[in-house]
Amino acid sequence: MNKVKTIILRTAGTNCDRETAYAFRAAGAEADLVHINTLLKQKAALAEYHILAIPGGFTYGDDVASGKVFANELKAGLKEQLSGFLAEGRLIIGICNGFQVLVKMGLLPGAKKRQGCKIEATLSLNDSGRFEDRWVYLKRPGRDICVWTRGLPEAIYVPVAHAEGKFIPKDAGVLEALRKNGQIVFRYARKEGGSPGYPGNPNGSVDDIAGVCDPTGRILGLMPHPERHVTYVQHPNWRRFGRKTEEMGIGLRIFENGVKFARG
Amino acid sequence: MKYARIEVRDRKGIFDAVAGGLKKDIRDLGVKGVKDIEYIRVYSVRGDFSGRDLRRIAEDILTDRVSQECGYPGGFGTRSSKNAHVVEVAYNAGVMDPVEESVIKAVKDSGLTGVNSVTTSKRYVIKGALSAGQIDKITDRLLYNRVIQHIVTRREDEKAAAPYRFRRREIDLISADDRILQGISAQRQLYLSLAEMKAVQKHFKKLGRNPTDCEIETLAQTWSEHCKHKTMMGAVRYNGRKIGNLLKETVMKATRELDRPWCVSVFKDNAGIIRFDPGHDICFKVETHNHPSALEPYGGAETGIGGVIRDTMGTGRGARPIINTDVFCFGVPDMPLSSVPKGALHPKRVLKGVVSGVRDYGNKMGIPTVNGAVCFDGRYTGNPLVFCGNVGILPRRFSTKKVSPGDLIVAVGGRTGRDGIHGATFSSAELTVESEAVSGTAVQIGNPITEKKVVDTLLKARDLGLYAAITDCGAGGFSSAVGEMGKDTGAEVHLEKAPLKYRGLEPWEIWVSEAQERMVLAVKRKDLKRLMNVFRSENVEATVIGKFTNTGKLRIYFRRHLIADLDMSFMHEGLPRVTRKAVWKRGKEDKSILPPKRADLTPDLLNLLSSWNVCSKEWIIRQYDHEVQGGSVLKPLVGVNNDGPSDASVTRPLFDSNKGIALANGINPCYGDIDPYWMAAGAIDEALRQIVAVGGTVENIALLDNFCWGNTENPDQLGGLVRASLACYDMAKVYRTPFISGKDSLNNEFNTGTKTVSIPPTLLISAIGVIDDVRRTISPDVKGPGSLIYVVGRTFQEMGGSQYFRVKRKKGGMVPRVRPHGSLRLMKKVASAIKAGLVASAHDCSEGGIAVCLAEMLFAGGYGAEVSLERVPRERSIDRDDVLLFSESNSRFVIEVPAEKQKAFEGAMKGVPSGRIGRVSEGRGLVIRGLGGGNVVKTDCGTLRNRWKKPFERLMHEQS
Repeated sequence: MNKVKTIILRTAGTNCDRETAYAFRAAGAEADLVHINTLLKQKAALAEYHILAIPGGFTYGDDVASGKVFANELKAGLKEQLSGFLAEGRLIIGICNGFQVLVKMGLLPGAKKRQGCKIEATLSLNDSGRFEDRWVYLKRPGRDICVWTRGLPEAIYVPVAHAEGKFIPKDAGVLEALRKNGQIVFRYARKEGGSPGYPGNPNGSVDDIAGVCDPTGRILGLMPHPERHVTYVQHPNWRRFGRKTEEMGIGLRIFENGVKFARG
Repeated sequence: MKYARIEVRDRKGIFDAVAGGLKKDIRDLGVKGVKDIEYIRVYSVRGDFSGRDLRRIAEDILTDRVSQECGYPGGFGTRSSKNAHVVEVAYNAGVMDPVEESVIKAVKDSGLTGVNSVTTSKRYVIKGALSAGQIDKITDRLLYNRVIQHIVTRREDEKAAAPYRFRRREIDLISADDRILQGISAQRQLYLSLAEMKAVQKHFKKLGRNPTDCEIETLAQTWSEHCKHKTMMGAVRYNGRKIGNLLKETVMKATRELDRPWCVSVFKDNAGIIRFDPGHDICFKVETHNHPSALEPYGGAETGIGGVIRDTMGTGRGARPIINTDVFCFGVPDMPLSSVPKGALHPKRVLKGVVSGVRDYGNKMGIPTVNGAVCFDGRYTGNPLVFCGNVGILPRRFSTKKVSPGDLIVAVGGRTGRDGIHGATFSSAELTVESEAVSGTAVQIGNPITEKKVVDTLLKARDLGLYAAITDCGAGGFSSAVGEMGKDTGAEVHLEKAPLKYRGLEPWEIWVSEAQERMVLAVKRKDLKRLMNVFRSENVEATVIGKFTNTGKLRIYFRRHLIADLDMSFMHEGLPRVTRKAVWKRGKEDKSILPPKRADLTPDLLNLLSSWNVCSKEWIIRQYDHEVQGGSVLKPLVGVNNDGPSDASVTRPLFDSNKGIALANGINPCYGDIDPYWMAAGAIDEALRQIVAVGGTVENIALLDNFCWGNTENPDQLGGLVRASLACYDMAKVYRTPFISGKDSLNNEFNTGTKTVSIPPTLLISAIGVIDDVRRTISPDVKGPGSLIYVVGRTFQEMGGSQYFRVKRKKGGMVPRVRPHGSLRLMKKVASAIKAGLVASAHDCSEGGIAVCLAEMLFAGGYGAEVSLERVPRERSIDRDDVLLFSESNSRFVIEVPAEKQKAFEGAMKGVPSGRIGRVSEGRGLVIRGLGGGNVVKTDCGTLRNRWKKPFERLMHEQS
């Protein structure tokens, strides 16, 4: 396969679509910005794509709860097409609001899906009670099954910007399954190691969870924004280093991984 | 029709952050005894639905079952009891509630069609032994604002709107005497002066008929201070000198005379436009939303930022909004509750409301807020200032627009409601104890998602060339938008076609309503179908409401009745011109006033860092998304821990180019009390310094002005305004920095019932500069031990209006001057040195002087320094260390130079005052030696940083 095609799904209130498209293009993929209405009219078009990205934003104002109304719309309108898409082994990434959408659809984390559990987690209001924008370190646990993060360094530096990012698993069983399955992809961390506390963990997420994948490793959802750190000048402190370091522009690697995997 | 009530709350064991925040606020109020708070979201659903439908709505759509639980069809049934007080808050009829639309959508998406309406409210259960008085206090101060909300006392049934019956109404003006004319103006809230009412009367006498309600309302909007800038564009007799048009003979004159080739459109469109690169222009506009923010801080600020974003969306044939900037002036946020005048909100509540409003609107629109400032002064308590700015980018071919007769008038976006009636006229009125009762309709709640949908589709339609002209519905609503667009042609409007939020509006209300999120387009008939398809494809409402004509008249119809027939020329030129009197008496400035001498200035430095005007605003800044769109390359918080202050922001708007935009604001109301001329000059110098400090050049900077003044009917106030305007001209001419757009807001005063408090004269200067290569920009945090520290620019004994004097409660002194020729020379040299890579960091020296400037650079970078004041370039007579440390003379920078660049840098500074004052040290200690050789400051950068961060942490009860 030559060109990897990415669909960046938009709707009312999506606002990170252009930079997400740029990240995929910089990673070597084609990226189309498609409004949900267009896709709902031509549902079969989804099958033309290898990667589905649900970008950040405030879909439908995050009214009721973040991502909820969009999740409901996708569940009602695209259920079959999405199952088909996944059955084909295609990839999905949900960033920030996109992560919220995937969780509220029940696509993530899916740790105990076989046992018939649908909604296994939520992303709720930050402990601080408000929207916060800050750069955070994410660490990868020793072992994960995610195809999007292969070969990434142990720690990466990316911004978060959200009000509802506190990851809460439904119960201890779900959390345990996530750990056991290697579905925890990123944890908020201190650069030096150790438990981050606030503000290193910016929202109070249980077990410092910042991103998870499904049991196949092909659906990734994360609150931080790798698409906002794909080139070194976006790093808040590139001026403090005399040269480019591996840390700078690190977010691009996630998109490259996805594109590489999709290419097969 | 059925009714059900669905209530949703957090499950036990889940931390309820809403309730948590509320508890802190209650503690601030001084109310003790609250044990716990339960926060419940309430949805009232009406329509035809089964029990099964209701279960799906409640459990699948409205409840997050991991963290929440729900109660229906009657809610949880919590009632007030001795130790649990229930308060429920709902929006007033006619106030926009964005959640309703989203819930109805979700219900429909789930295949349930029977639901007709959903309304929302918030229910609080406050637990603890509290008196009725305490509950009232919590309710009034924290839970609701009567301007837009009310307390629900019983189940609210939908009030059936009475069927609307149209009647054409005329206002009897022809036979009215002066007293009646004034009465009409007051009673209809027209805010037209007697002379203006008489001009209207004369015009209609000539026509031999009375005006309709719609006509007189149209004239009041068009002639309002807000739309017409009667004072700034008016004639003034100033200290005996005649000025024909204040703005044209000062601010705009500088632009005209400078005639910079990169100015694309100035003072013409909704925002000023300058060239960015060969393919793109950028536009910039800043305006205020003061009076609405005083009454309802959240809604006022929200609609303020929403409005200015629409300005750039309506510039040329539409720009993509890419940067927000916000500057606020508030009362002192920790003032005792008992000192807040009746009718005013506590400054902390205003601050929190304004910040949330700007945050929610900007973040939801996906526009990064990268720059701002906050000033505090007791006189802003009753009349805060909220400046909102937006930058847009547009391909060069879209920088112009043209309306032609025959073009259709298309209204796009939100629906029209009774919200925001008389906003334009109200903005010119004095705020009083009664304002909230009288002018409640002027305040609204915005819906950023509607505006986001509009901008998404608008840019598509623009790129397809589907419309010829565009403007936004701002102050005055359709009346201003259509009136402006059709000024040179004529227009015909059929108001019954405008989509309404609810029935019952009078036609004139539709015409002047300032309901948010609406744009007006001029569309060729042949393009209409395609245009409508673009909007429909993303669920944006668009409606033809009329057409532009060649009659030179504004004709408005309602169900075929002609309800307005006005000459465009009378609307736009008929305003009577008055000459106002302005006086300026120079006060005596005694340079020698100083606080008692002290050997150790460490406590003064620490107190300055903890003063409201200097301290960290991180609590505010973090709530804004600075990273969305991926363009932020010099952020509002900088340094090793990303918590130090920055100067200008730098944004890289195009993914495939390293060209950038630097943005800065200069403001210092403390100087205006002494002399508005030097306040204005200082604000300009400061805005330019900030851009130079990050690596920009004065050569391609454009400026915006925003004058906020008290009542300029008062000759002294107007005198100050004239002085500030003159300074704008003088400075712009020397710096060769044209003004490209601006705004003024007058009558900023608050009447407490016993006295009138005017705000300090306040001028905000916003500067925008094009950066050739963002990779050559620098940040203000010190980079490394061993590098050298310089002060560039001369220090004078100019302590008047300084933060040092404020902290020391000292009045008088000489206000900082600007010596623009020397300043320009200096800024050019600094800019070249930065461009040549000789500078590791640079910081603009402003409030708090050299001491604060240096401290900020050090704690941002995490290093200490050893410094001596001996080599600070200075006016010869200065013999005191506090003057050198804290004087706020303009045109100065503190600059860090790597040791190996010393020679080159000193060479580059030849001809301008510059002194090497010390070096960055390995450790964290800061030692400053005074003129006498002894230590005058001895501390460390951790202490400096903590003291700087303390005030907001304490105010908001937070530790980072």
